[in-house]
Amino acid sequence: MRNDRFFKLFSISLLSLWLVIFALIPLLSTLGLSFLSVDDNHFFKWPLTLANYGQVLDPLFLHIISRSLYMSIFTTLICLLLAYPFAYILAQLPAGVKPFLLCLMIIPFWTSSIIRIYAIMALIKTRGILNTVLLHVGIIHQPLHLLFTQYAVFIGLVYNLLPYMILPIYTNIDKLDKRLIDAARDLGANRLTIFLKILLPITLPGILAGVILVFLPTMTLFFIPDLLGGAQSMLLGNLINVQMLTLRNWPLGCATSMVLTCLMFVFLGLQHYIQQHSSSTGKQAAGQR
Amino acid sequence: MRSLKLTYMILIYLFLYLPVVVLIVFSFNDSQYSSLWHGFSWTWYQQLWQDTILLNAAKNTIILGVTASSLATLIGTLSAAALFYFHFKGKKLLQGLLLVMILSPDIIWGTSLLLFFSLTHVPLGFTSLVIAHITFCLPFVIVTLYSRLIDTDKHIIEAAKDLGASDAQLFLRILIPLLKPALIASWLISFTLSADDIVISFFVSGPSFQILPLAIYSSIRAGVTPELNALCTLMFALTLVIVLPAAALLRKRSVLGELL
Repeated sequence: MRNDRFFKLFSISLLSLWLVIFALIPLLSTLGLSFLSVDDNHFFKWPLTLANYGQVLDPLFLHIISRSLYMSIFTTLICLLLAYPFAYILAQLPAGVKPFLLCLMIIPFWTSSIIRIYAIMALIKTRGILNTVLLHVGIIHQPLHLLFTQYAVFIGLVYNLLPYMILPIYTNIDKLDKRLIDAARDLGANRLTIFLKILLPITLPGILAGVILVFLPTMTLFFIPDLLGGAQSMLLGNLINVQMLTLRNWPLGCATSMVLTCLMFVFLGLQHYIQQHSSSTGKQAAGQR
Repeated sequence: MRSLKLTYMILIYLFLYLPVVVLIVFSFNDSQYSSLWHGFSWTWYQQLWQDTILLNAAKNTIILGVTASSLATLIGTLSAAALFYFHFKGKKLLQGLLLVMILSPDIIWGTSLLLFFSLTHVPLGFTSLVIAHITFCLPFVIVTLYSRLIDTDKHIIEAAKDLGASDAQLFLRILIPLLKPALIASWLISFTLSADDIVISFFVSGPSFQILPLAIYSSIRAGVTPELNALCTLMFALTLVIVLPAAALLRKRSVLGELL
């Protein structure tokens, strides 16, 4: 019996201690530090202040944050537009080829993300393979200056995050009862109606999961704009990076991190709300058959 | 309509594969700057073999990956078992914390852990990296093992208990063999996460322990050389050999998909 209690005590305290020491305390100290001010000799100085949050709301920072949001939203939209038809077509294919094609899609993502960014750079640089081919074929007469622009950042972000959008949507479409679509077609619904009334409500949870999996990382992958983008393309992650490591203003960096965390919770809340709401409409759609 | 669909699929696959294929092909090109084919050569592989900085970083990445994923799998197994079998105070809190950990953007981990290591005077290097990597792998290990535990036959455990097995015996003799596939998957997921991480490591690593993703990052910033093509090709080949049978990433994403 003593043995049993030891095992229970050991496993529970190991987990609790690890999570509290290396997850909860760091997160809470970030929250705490965001209310203190910067000091040249120490990390911080008292008293408590809201000045950092005031600084985050400064027009200059707001400009960077809104640009960052714009880039993240745009990347998420491109991913969604590319992924949805792909997932749909994939789900319609015979069951024999589906796992193979799915695997084929994921293989490039087994390389590390920095390698994929490097590959994009080699492809689109001014004297890279893309320009060489396009010039040779005669589609363009001047090399495209893609690298170190915002377009390059979009390409890099979409390239790195596309599977995170495809997989949840695919899982949802694949589970869909195909008879619903056949029934709607028999009853005379056109393609648009089928999409809006059946496909969209039922696949909404998958879309939302994909949006969260793409949108949140997009804001923080600071090395992508750093390598592919110009001076104009800064993400929230780059801002935090500069504040923490270059300017060494940790309280401000922590406050910016907290803004990001709040954005995360807003998104999760939104997702939860829409999912609750859509599950009822989804049931309605299913109930109508 | 059919041919339109086919074209679309081909275009997406082209987008996914073109950069990687170009990288591999040009790692054998006998020219430094040109994007034209100048003939086959091993030059860049030979040059890579002499690059002690990159090779050392690669060695460090493997050491870190093996250490972190082994410890994460060990701690994760005990944790998943504790969460599954025992009821205790604060269980809900821990589960909520795990979910927040999975969903929090990497950079929050990077800044929080940097702050923590500075406050507790842990020097930035191997120790800080191992702790950070275990911490961000742990939730994925626990989720993978926990969902496997739900699927297992509860009667096996009850039978063992009736026959007088202690908790430790249950763990070693029944649970571990039962969870073996999930344990291997967890280890591979952790290793992949660890070897791929840039954002968190960027904050918590120090000059004493260089790791490969960060070494590649800084050498790309210094300028593009075909030597990196060779390195990337080797890493791609290596991951194919190791991960292909396990298809670990697919599992991880679907686990995440179910979680959301």
